[in-house]
Amino acid sequence: MITPETISMLTYAPTLVTPVTPQDHILGLVDAPVVLVEYGDYECPYCKAAQPVVKSVLATMGDDLALVFRHFPLSNIHPFAWKAAEAAEAAGAQDMFWEYHDVLFENQPALDVRHLIAYADELDLDVERFADELTRDVHSRRVHEDFRGGILSGVNGTPTFFVNGVRYDGDRDAASLLRALRAAMS
Amino acid sequence: MIDLPESGSEIPAGNIAPDFTLPTTPDSNVSLKSYRGRPVVLVFYPADWSPVCSDQLSLYQAALSEFQQYNAQLLGISVDGVWCHMAFARNRGYQFPLVSDFHPKGVVAQTYGVYRDSDGMSERALFVIDPEGTITWSYVSPINVNPGADGILRALDLMQAHVGR
Repeated sequence: MITPETISMLTYAPTLVTPVTPQDHILGLVDAPVVLVEYGDYECPYCKAAQPVVKSVLATMGDDLALVFRHFPLSNIHPFAWKAAEAAEAAGAQDMFWEYHDVLFENQPALDVRHLIAYADELDLDVERFADELTRDVHSRRVHEDFRGGILSGVNGTPTFFVNGVRYDGDRDAASLLRALRAAMS
Repeated sequence: MIDLPESGSEIPAGNIAPDFTLPTTPDSNVSLKSYRGRPVVLVFYPADWSPVCSDQLSLYQAALSEFQQYNAQLLGISVDGVWCHMAFARNRGYQFPLVSDFHPKGVVAQTYGVYRDSDGMSERALFVIDPEGTITWSYVSPINVNPGADGILRALDLMQAHVGR
C-alpha cells in the first residue's frame, strides 16, 4: 500500500537524478567545484537568449565552473528540435559538439535537415558520415536518454538549469545566476 | 447553500477519485470510470492558451511515451469550452484528451477541491489515480509554476511497484 510517508517523499525539491558522467558534453574541467547543467532545446528562443548569460558566467567563473548541456527537445511545439539535437550529437561524434551547438543557436530558427547538414559542412565535418548518422537516427537514443533523465529530474521547460545537482529556479540574468553559482562554491 | 471545499483542500491520496462524465469535443464525452484497469493522470490547469499551461501540457505531450510505459491515460481538464479545447489542442499538437469542465462551470474542479472562487478557474493540480480508481498522489502547484512531470512518474513508479508486489 502506498502510505502517506511514501507520498511525502514525492513532494521534494527537484534534483538531478542522472549524475554528470564523462559521457556528458562538458565545457570546462570535469572536477570543477561548480557544475552547471543546462537542459535545452535548439529551437527554443529562451535557450537562445540564455546563451550569452551562460557564456558570461563561464567567463567570469573560469576554472571554477563547468557547463554540461543535455537535450530536452519539445517536439510538438518545436518540430525541428529533436533532429537538431541529434545533429549536435553527430557533430559531437566528430569532436565538434560545442562548436556546432553554438552554430545552431546562432542560426535559430533555420534548423531543417538541409541547414543542419550545411552547418556541418561549414565546420569542415565529415559531411557524408554526419548526414548518414542523421538519416539513420543513430543519435536518437542518446537524445531520448537525456530527455527522460530531464523529466525524472524535474525539468519543467527550457532552459532548465541545475547548479551542483539542484534545480535553479531563480532569474535568468547573469548576475542572478552568478550569485547562485558562487553560493554553490562555499 | 452548497458547502464547497476551500482552495488548498484538494482530495488527498487514499480517497476514491470522484467519477465524472464530461465532453472533450462537441460530439464525444469521457467518463473517468471508463479508464478503470489502468492508471489515470488527471491534470487540472487554469486555462487554455495561457503561457504556463501551454508549457506544462507541451511537456506532458513530450512525456506521453513515458506515461504510456505505465499504461497510464493522461487527461487535461480546465473550465474552457470544447471549441476552445479543440483549437488549442490542434494548435499545440496535443494527442491526449482535454476535458471540458465548462457546464456547469468548474463542478469537477470543485468536487476535487481545486476550484478557485477568486477567479473562476481551477488550480494547477495533479491527481494520479490507480487502476482501481483510488487517488495515489495529489499535488497543487503554485498557479504560475509548471510542476513538471517528475512527481507524476514517481507516483506511477510507486504504484507499479505496489501492484507488482
